[in-house]
Amino acid sequence: MTLWTTILIASAVVLGTKLLGYLVPASVAAHPRIQRISDVLTVALLASLVVTQTAAIGSAIVVDARLAALAVGAVLLRIRAPFIVVVLAAAAAAAALRAMGWAA
Amino acid sequence: MTSPAVRATVSMSLGVAGAVSLYGISFGALAVASGLDFWQTQVLSLFMFSGGSQFAVIGLAATGAPGLSIITAAGLLGVRNGLYAVRMSSVVGPGFWKRLLAGHWTIDESTAVAIAQTESRAQRIGFWLTGAAIFVGWNAMTAAGAILGDALGDPRTWGLDAAAAAAFLGLLWPRIQSRQPAAVAAVAAVITVLTVPTAPAGLPVLIAAGAGVVMALLAERRHA
Repeated sequence: MTLWTTILIASAVVLGTKLLGYLVPASVAAHPRIQRISDVLTVALLASLVVTQTAAIGSAIVVDARLAALAVGAVLLRIRAPFIVVVLAAAAAAAALRAMGWAA
Repeated sequence: MTSPAVRATVSMSLGVAGAVSLYGISFGALAVASGLDFWQTQVLSLFMFSGGSQFAVIGLAATGAPGLSIITAAGLLGVRNGLYAVRMSSVVGPGFWKRLLAGHWTIDESTAVAIAQTESRAQRIGFWLTGAAIFVGWNAMTAAGAILGDALGDPRTWGLDAAAAAAFLGLLWPRIQSRQPAAVAAVAAVITVLTVPTAPAGLPVLIAAGAGVVMALLAERRHA
């Protein structure tokens, strides 16, 4: 599958899911179990993506500047810093550690 | 007549939209760093238009995951939008074209701002204004980021790989403020660490998601 095909199909799936929500009777989707599964699915996927983005290079688990940068992000989230500040500070932390040669 | 409630809604909508849009710069820059070209990046922001799913696409594409895993992960992350849509259905009201556009703009932020309002007029304004402002801002900033990203060279020098990790953490953070979701996140994280070296690219994320759902169903049975 080419990257373009992937992007177009994935976009259609995500957009289609949103539109589907306007067709489904409210009683079905408001069911507490559906609601809970959706919440859990989102949390599990995001947590897993945090790990792959932080510690994976291909199929290897690697500890490098990204982990320190993530810790900086976590501290900022803890003190309720705005989203954009968290993202920029994490980037700056990783860039600084690499520039000084303290981490890969 | 502009009531104080409506004024408060407008200011909340624009505040949220401003913050989210700025973050579009990092999406654009990270997308080109992950190997997408300018238009592939822009198509995601124009049509997929859901931050979590968009980041999943570029994050997994960068690891060389196959198309099917990328589509599945992005699709599963988009499931919550479908539930938001059900919630927003009565706020949006009838009309085919209106509902079509509303569907496209049904995301975390437009839903959250609408739900936060008590008056039904303020809910409507909150949904549409937040959705519209983010759609315009997010796409403009995606383009800016994609152009900027091309000029930056190696993304690691600028810590853009770490920015992606922090972005996912930022999306996750508000959802793990109670014990059960925090436990699900921890288990998903551990499973990912264990499966990354063994499972094919793209699969660890899906295995973790499946484990999370199983955990939730078991917990439900225990409480029932």
